Amino acid sequence: MRLFASGSQTVGPYLHIGLTWLNTARIAGPGVKGERITVQGRLLDGDGRPVSDGLVEIWQANAAGKYAHPEDRQRKALDKGFRGFGRIPTDAGGRFRFTTIKPGRVPGPGGKLQAPHLLVTIFMRGLLKQLSTRLYFPDEPANAQDPVLQRVPAVRRATLVARRGRKGLLEWNVVLQGTNETVFFDY
Amino acid sequence: MSKLLGYRRFHPGMQPEYDFPPYASTAKRHPTRPLVIAPQTLSELTGPVFGYGDLKPTDNDLTRQHKGEPIGERIIVSGRVLDEGGKPVPQALVEVWQANSAGRYPHKTDRHDAPLDPNFSGAGRTLTDVKGNYRFVTIRPGEYPWRNHYNAWRPAHIHFSLFGRAFLTRLVTQMYFPGDPLMPLDPMYMSIPDEKARLRLVSRFDLENTVPERALAYRFDIVLRGREATPMDRP
Repeated sequence: MRLFASGSQTVGPYLHIGLTWLNTARIAGPGVKGERITVQGRLLDGDGRPVSDGLVEIWQANAAGKYAHPEDRQRKALDKGFRGFGRIPTDAGGRFRFTTIKPGRVPGPGGKLQAPHLLVTIFMRGLLKQLSTRLYFPDEPANAQDPVLQRVPAVRRATLVARRGRKGLLEWNVVLQGTNETVFFDY
Repeated sequence: MSKLLGYRRFHPGMQPEYDFPPYASTAKRHPTRPLVIAPQTLSELTGPVFGYGDLKPTDNDLTRQHKGEPIGERIIVSGRVLDEGGKPVPQALVEVWQANSAGRYPHKTDRHDAPLDPNFSGAGRTLTDVKGNYRFVTIRPGEYPWRNHYNAWRPAHIHFSLFGRAFLTRLVTQMYFPGDPLMPLDPMYMSIPDEKARLRLVSRFDLENTVPERALAYRFDIVLRGREATPMDRP
């Protein structure tokens, strides 16, 4: 039987009603191993204005580079209580902020290791289907050989790499249009 | 590591484009550069796993979340979550949200002059069972005006959010009701180019699941991206 995937529709302006219960801005609890990081940024529209009714979702591996999912068959330990999922709505200023641990490296095509990264999904009113992107880490030598970053034109790669901000914060904006338009992926 | 089965690409015409001028808000909120085609890696082929510990017993009955019963026509909305090969997707988290029977959301930005219902929040969630079945009890949502264009009204709809087995199967959509005259006038519904694909977002009246003297029923099956037939060693 061949069916076709259902069509995507926007979350609309009232997304919070259905989705807030699962808001998770602290992705890693206190017992989870790994280097603590805080990411903050803004979701900006084509006029550079903040998107106040957006939602950011995160999917990541643990510090050992293992996903809490049955299809990750690597012989690496899971962390109890670490799902690896985050959901963060944007505020009136288009800001989002979350804390987690830096993920370890996971295999990519041909078994070659990927640089540490978070998968990011964006939803908002005015967006008819989700956008997928990735967040990479600054000062990470593995970025130079990352098989996904290498697919991205060199001039646009910086849009996927967080910047080191004040007090060790990682700053990363999602820009929908314009010269610094974030790279979004199609799989 | 063993090879993983990737997910099929979307069929042309069955998903909306990001830039869809009849829906005005897409103008400043769509990417203007082409998306970068990326390999499906372990990161995309996995995704968050949810369980019954994440849910409360009343989460799938939107009529029993307050002291009194909500005003409106009680309905049962049920269906199956399948993949493109027709196989059920078990343990999929399904989240829903909707307006009340008067077409009003309990949300600070909804200023439509229609009454709120203190007995209706309009949010629910559930997990599919081993056969991919889900079921909600709710009330039929009302249509409501929005400001996209002159005299714009949204057809009655229920928002659905689904997690399948992977990051790549994430889906947010809307369910519509059969025979709603507002559908062909609605830019969101019409954003899906293929007519048959649009019709698949319309639930059907479901006599079998009605409860006599109690509730009408609608059936809404949802299809998530399916896997490739053979493992691909993607470049």
